[in-house]
Amino acid sequence: MVSTSLTIKNGACIQRASIPNLSFEQFFENLKDLCSKDGKIVQYFGYEEHGQGKLLAVVRTDNLFVFECDAPDEYPSLTGQDAKFNLFEREIAEQYGIIPRDHPWLKSVRFHENYCGKPDVFGQNYQEDIPGNYPYYSILGEEIHEVGVGPVHAGIIEPGHFRFSCTGEKVLHLEIQLGYQHRGVEQLLVQTPPKRWPIIVEGIAGDTTIANSICFSRSIEALSGLQADGEVQLVRCLALELERLCNHIGDLGALSGDVAFLPPASYFGRMRGEFLNMLLLLSGNRFGKGLIRPGRILSGNRKEKLRTIQTKCAGLKKEIQHVSQLLFNAASVLSRFEETGVVSNQCADELGLVGVAGRASGLNYDVRASFPTDYYLKHKIDPQVQLSGDVYARAKVRLDEIIQSMEMIAAMELKESNGEEISGETLDLQPSSFVVTLSEGWRGELAHAILTDETGKLLRYKIKDPSFHNWNGLAQALRGEEISDFPLCNKSFNLSYCGFDL
Amino acid sequence: MIKTLLTRFEQGNKTSAYPVKPITLVEDYRGRPEINWNSTPELMHLCAESCPQDAIDEQKRCVDLGRCVFCGTCERVGEGRFINFTNDFELGVSARQQLLLDDELNQLSINSSQKIKKLFGRSLQLRQVSAGGCNACEADTNVLSTPFFDLARFGIDFVASPRHADGLLVTGPITVNMKTALLKTYEAIPDPKIVIASGACSISGGPFFGSNQLADPIETLLPVDLFIPGCPPHPLTTLHALLRFLGKI
Repeated sequence: MVSTSLTIKNGACIQRASIPNLSFEQFFENLKDLCSKDGKIVQYFGYEEHGQGKLLAVVRTDNLFVFECDAPDEYPSLTGQDAKFNLFEREIAEQYGIIPRDHPWLKSVRFHENYCGKPDVFGQNYQEDIPGNYPYYSILGEEIHEVGVGPVHAGIIEPGHFRFSCTGEKVLHLEIQLGYQHRGVEQLLVQTPPKRWPIIVEGIAGDTTIANSICFSRSIEALSGLQADGEVQLVRCLALELERLCNHIGDLGALSGDVAFLPPASYFGRMRGEFLNMLLLLSGNRFGKGLIRPGRILSGNRKEKLRTIQTKCAGLKKEIQHVSQLLFNAASVLSRFEETGVVSNQCADELGLVGVAGRASGLNYDVRASFPTDYYLKHKIDPQVQLSGDVYARAKVRLDEIIQSMEMIAAMELKESNGEEISGETLDLQPSSFVVTLSEGWRGELAHAILTDETGKLLRYKIKDPSFHNWNGLAQALRGEEISDFPLCNKSFNLSYCGFDL
Repeated sequence: MIKTLLTRFEQGNKTSAYPVKPITLVEDYRGRPEINWNSTPELMHLCAESCPQDAIDEQKRCVDLGRCVFCGTCERVGEGRFINFTNDFELGVSARQQLLLDDELNQLSINSSQKIKKLFGRSLQLRQVSAGGCNACEADTNVLSTPFFDLARFGIDFVASPRHADGLLVTGPITVNMKTALLKTYEAIPDPKIVIASGACSISGGPFFGSNQLADPIETLLPVDLFIPGCPPHPLTTLHALLRFLGKI
């Protein structure tokens, strides 16, 4: 009897032959079944080998499960019953031309031709200018007006298009259309020599450099049998928590700016710079580019650098406390934050939200607690959860995580060391293997999945940014809200456009 | 109100004294590379092969700083004997040619016309367009408006509408999907205008060079007046380049 799924570990390499290869009826039954019982999708994507299309899914409950099947040309969509499948099914249709029949919202994800030369599922002509040429959900009625924003936005931020259907000030529906930053990262990774991979991975999303390079490095380590020692694991954790601190502090500043409370906006903005400078000290780059590689950390004098970082953090702690008290105790701020952009616990669960947005709506999930690896195995993290699902909750989760990360950094200890043995710039990967690595990036669950072919070359590199789950959360949060609260809600999610677009 | 005032006093003045007082960045910061052209061909070959961006041309004896993402691989692999990154952050240039560092004694310099200095020297409003980058360039440009750098004290500001702008700052490798938006924004900026390419992506495609999702290189689309290399360029690199361009330093 074929077991319907294989339990796997975060970052453990397995032989592809051991992945249950189901019939597609069994595959969809499995998916439906697991997801109806609290299961959430970690990865769900298509790939092609020797002309045969396949579908592979990684689902999480308390464990991680993987299974796959031969891809049909079309199949009955699961999205109608379970909203979690929405973007995944559309992405598979876009990348491999496999049609999800009766998908209630079958539209492009990133606006590119599929990888196998099949007819385009959306009937689009890629010689034309596509983004914007898109079937936006329209609401008919004399009092309805549509507001379109982007791709070029008022501030210095990434491009994306937001189409609001409003009656007066109230938003009835928000449609978010992305794809402007699609650079073809997944295809580039399988087509380019290994020396380019770490640079491409670090460029997926600059503000998620560390989390992406950790997932990449751990995947390559698993596939090549390399081990990252305790010191490497600690410095990776340090960098990841510094990245979390930079972004959470920056977000609190941005939220302050959006409610026109400029003192904390300026102070948090400046303090973010202090944490970026700590990453600069550690890695020579303000975003940590060039720091993390398979098996090693490219940074010397780590003990001294850690001490300097710990001293600076200790010095900033009081400032952060005072400025955040200033923000969270102001009645005018609370009246803007509270009950704005509410995503209910039920809605968050149905959409499968992850990260800060998920925890702010009561979903108790943090990769560092549920699937801990490396430094987090011995240093447990308590997920910071709020229940109200509003802008306040998302801000409060960030503040609690700032304090938590600072405590974690304060407790780190390093011995004097000589760094890692440099065993050559490129590594041999195990053939016909599979690995999935999850990391709690500052936005939420990030997952890289790699499949190698029988010669040990990359067959498929699938990246899933936490924003892939969460953009629909933002769209839901705006329903019934005033359009003037959109910047506030958008910043309270602060999702990645480029991480989504790849 | 009292709390706001107290916090304000606690914060004090955090604006940097640059450019009046020089700033030195940490040693590990990878800024302008020093290149030893007397290295052995074997060493140069090793570094060229290891460069993920193919920025080192051994035949032409030239390092393209516009392709460079300052990852430090060449410095590590060559133990600093061929290429060694200094912590000099002054990297901006006004001509693409100047980013091709060869064994002539070349200086990274910015020459802008008197006309530009006269028009924009006291007030430069920029419209930034993110043409598909990773958001690091955007983040480090945003940070120029925060108190430490305080761009506005130099008369430079980022504006929301291209109609209000004097110039375009482009970040990102110009994806196919952003090409039209970029060109339309450029057209919407009234003459006279300037174009600034910030970051390895806008100059040469950055880490994504060779992808079929990228549109044409920026120089075939727009006339670029200022190139700021880096991945991302440190805010001080951008600040120095802008101030030099306007003739303020």
